Amino acid sequence: MTVPLLSVEGLKVGFGADPAANVVVKGVSFALGAGETLAIVGESGSGKSVTALSINRLVDFGGGRIVGGRIGLVRADGSLLDLTAADEKTLTGVRGRDIGMIFQEPMTSLNPVLTVGAQIEEAFFLSQGQRGETAAKAARQALDRVRIPDAARRLTQYPHQLSGGMRQRVMIAMALASNPRLLIADEPTTALDVTVQAQIMALLAELKRETGTAMIFITHDIGLVAGIADRILVMQQGEAVEQGTLEAVLDAPQHPYTRHLLQAVPHFTGGKSVRGDGKRTTAVAPIVSVDDLVVRFPVRRRLFGPADAVHAVDGVGFDLVPGETLAIVGESGSGKSTTARALLGLVRAQRGAIETHRTAGGRPIQMVFQDPFASLNPRLDVAALLAEPAIAAGRRVDAALRERMKALLARVGLPEDALPRYAHQFSGGQRQRLCIARALMLNPDVVVLDEAVSALDVSVQQRVLELLVDLQREFSLAYLFISHDMAVVERIAHRVAVMYAGQIVEIGAAAAVLSQPRHPYTQRLIAAVPAIDRRHQHFALDVTPVPSLVRPGGWEPPAAHWQEIGADHRVRLESPP
Amino acid sequence: MRVLKALLKHPSGRIGAAIIVLYLVAAGLGALGLTPHNALKQFPIDRLKPPSPSYWMGTDLLGRDTFSRLMLGIGQSLVVAFASVLGASVAGSIIGLFAAWWGGLWDSVLMRLTDVLLAFPAILLALLIIAIVGPGTYTSIAAIAIVYTPIFARVVRGPALSLKRRDFVDAARTFGSSQGYILTRHLLLNLVAPLTVQVTLALAWALLTEAGLSFLGLGTQPPAPSLGLMLADSKNLMQHAPWLMLFPGLTVMLGILGFNLTGDALRDILDPRTKARAA
Repeated sequence: MTVPLLSVEGLKVGFGADPAANVVVKGVSFALGAGETLAIVGESGSGKSVTALSINRLVDFGGGRIVGGRIGLVRADGSLLDLTAADEKTLTGVRGRDIGMIFQEPMTSLNPVLTVGAQIEEAFFLSQGQRGETAAKAARQALDRVRIPDAARRLTQYPHQLSGGMRQRVMIAMALASNPRLLIADEPTTALDVTVQAQIMALLAELKRETGTAMIFITHDIGLVAGIADRILVMQQGEAVEQGTLEAVLDAPQHPYTRHLLQAVPHFTGGKSVRGDGKRTTAVAPIVSVDDLVVRFPVRRRLFGPADAVHAVDGVGFDLVPGETLAIVGESGSGKSTTARALLGLVRAQRGAIETHRTAGGRPIQMVFQDPFASLNPRLDVAALLAEPAIAAGRRVDAALRERMKALLARVGLPEDALPRYAHQFSGGQRQRLCIARALMLNPDVVVLDEAVSALDVSVQQRVLELLVDLQREFSLAYLFISHDMAVVERIAHRVAVMYAGQIVEIGAAAAVLSQPRHPYTQRLIAAVPAIDRRHQHFALDVTPVPSLVRPGGWEPPAAHWQEIGADHRVRLESPP
Repeated sequence: MRVLKALLKHPSGRIGAAIIVLYLVAAGLGALGLTPHNALKQFPIDRLKPPSPSYWMGTDLLGRDTFSRLMLGIGQSLVVAFASVLGASVAGSIIGLFAAWWGGLWDSVLMRLTDVLLAFPAILLALLIIAIVGPGTYTSIAAIAIVYTPIFARVVRGPALSLKRRDFVDAARTFGSSQGYILTRHLLLNLVAPLTVQVTLALAWALLTEAGLSFLGLGTQPPAPSLGLMLADSKNLMQHAPWLMLFPGLTVMLGILGFNLTGDALRDILDPRTKARAA
């Protein structure tokens, strides 16, 4: 029997002053052969990152201690090294040379004041002692290897001049500089857009084939691993609850938690799981109509004439009827959040009509933000947080209002004794429920949900989505649901609008848009969504640059031409007939 | 309450708090007239007596008890320090908040004005103001307040700028909350921690500035006792009666130490980054 490249046996890692008493990884064992890819899947706090960071002992710098077990690594010269017992000097040699690492956030892992070229050359110097012309040549080849076009020019640029996907490619190039035998990727695509994520996944899969590097891929998204992993390890609360081959774990999960993960994570099914309720009828008048909304941010003033501007939102129009969810999907920078903020008056629209048809008083549109930690004032208790919309509307905080607070808290599933507590005493999911309760205080007609479930763990996300659907039925709320997550959109939307570069390119009934996307961008977006049944799939590498939204002053987009596909499905024509 | 408990647990905070309490007690007793001797009455027979069981810190040229005069002097200094810091923190917070909130031209104008004030050494600026208005207790309160206002404006503006962009402020706008509500509940309430630290440290500077102004004869006017005046009176008698210089000097030093220790301790306690370690 051959010795595997990496063998982890009974790994225990603890934190704090007494690591043995505060163990977060409780005896994990696995083995990884050369060229194999192991995916470690789990929710936040499951110990998946700590396990991976223990392998190159970076966990020591985060206050962790390995309190039990052993990690055997076969080094390049064939010797077997126990990483739990290795000293810091040996470990420095192992890190970067035998084990490469890619982190989640490519902006913070690159040095902002050095050029990309200098940083890659440093990686080559440290691992192979190359410098000067040799290192520069190696750096250029490394960028070619990670498919960065125009490598020579990119080398002279600084990290902030690159897009998120490009930066992650640079990180991969640096990690591969030493031809590591093992590559650890810690949520490498979580911070990226879905089409960019597909590109990075495709790149990792190709590089794996080219170099034969073994890989440990850490992710919270079990749908993502289908395309790349050979084996899967599922972790829950510090323990490996299940491991096996890709097919075994995905098709015949043994442990209830694995089954729960597979069910809790919404999987994109191409329009087959859209909601059946609340079909739109022409009889109901829209509650909000938006027409030709334009938001521009001036960037460079000119001496004469109008300033250049970022065309964040350019001629967007839609309407919402009571009880309906319109999802706006698109990637970061597509203008979907700006549309929402313009609707609430948080940014000023240059042009366009936002008509609300409200019979009762108060503000008809309320919003729930993405980050439940940032959208609640840490210094106010729950009673004060919930009272704010009422105070803003000129109401007194009286017994009736307190009754309404208690009723709403109960309705969103929070304990009644929450009123005197502060936001930091709640979990992320509870805080988001609190934000929802606050938005509902004054009976709005429309709630804008700006990536409202994106920051939550999958099982929490599922329950918040269910709550949102229940509330929608109960109060006949209209939702404007802004998200980059197609699987979530599929579950909650009645209609979908796809935004690209500040414009809606396709809009219509969710089932129609998601199952038969017509616009090339919608098709690209949907093809990039990871899915459990796409095994070892090869995405074609696509390096189409995103169009710049900075336009010269006075520039107006060409008039939109729409093609009607079905009863409620239209697509923008890129080249008008 | 929680902060007070943490302060008493903090090693240097405990010492600082003890000094401040001691000074407050001394000033309180002095204000009630509960001094060992009459601080203002002259006893020509007991001129320049060294410290003794009767006169704990000796007497001055006019036979007045140094200890009793110190008690009154501490009261006088604390009144000036507290009043001026109160004025500076209120004015500075308002300027800082509005500069951050309105931004643009308002921010530039207000901040350049504070830059101008900050460019002068504190004591020189106070001297300039007193030279224009004339010496006295109220003038020194006003002068010290004006000198320290820009520091508070700076301390408030920075964090207010970042708070202004937080999601909960955006959320408040979507409810239609008034500017006053947002400024007080969302910005100011979150600035309590840095302001508390700054107030404590400013009290130390104000104490020193008050002593300096009185020493120059521009603060408290005789015959009212003040720490600075007592130091000024002692300077010609340094060799004959060193206690006249020693005790007021030590009192000023100890007072500044007390406020500084408390300020440092509060910074440790209120800073969220060190909170985890303390807990």
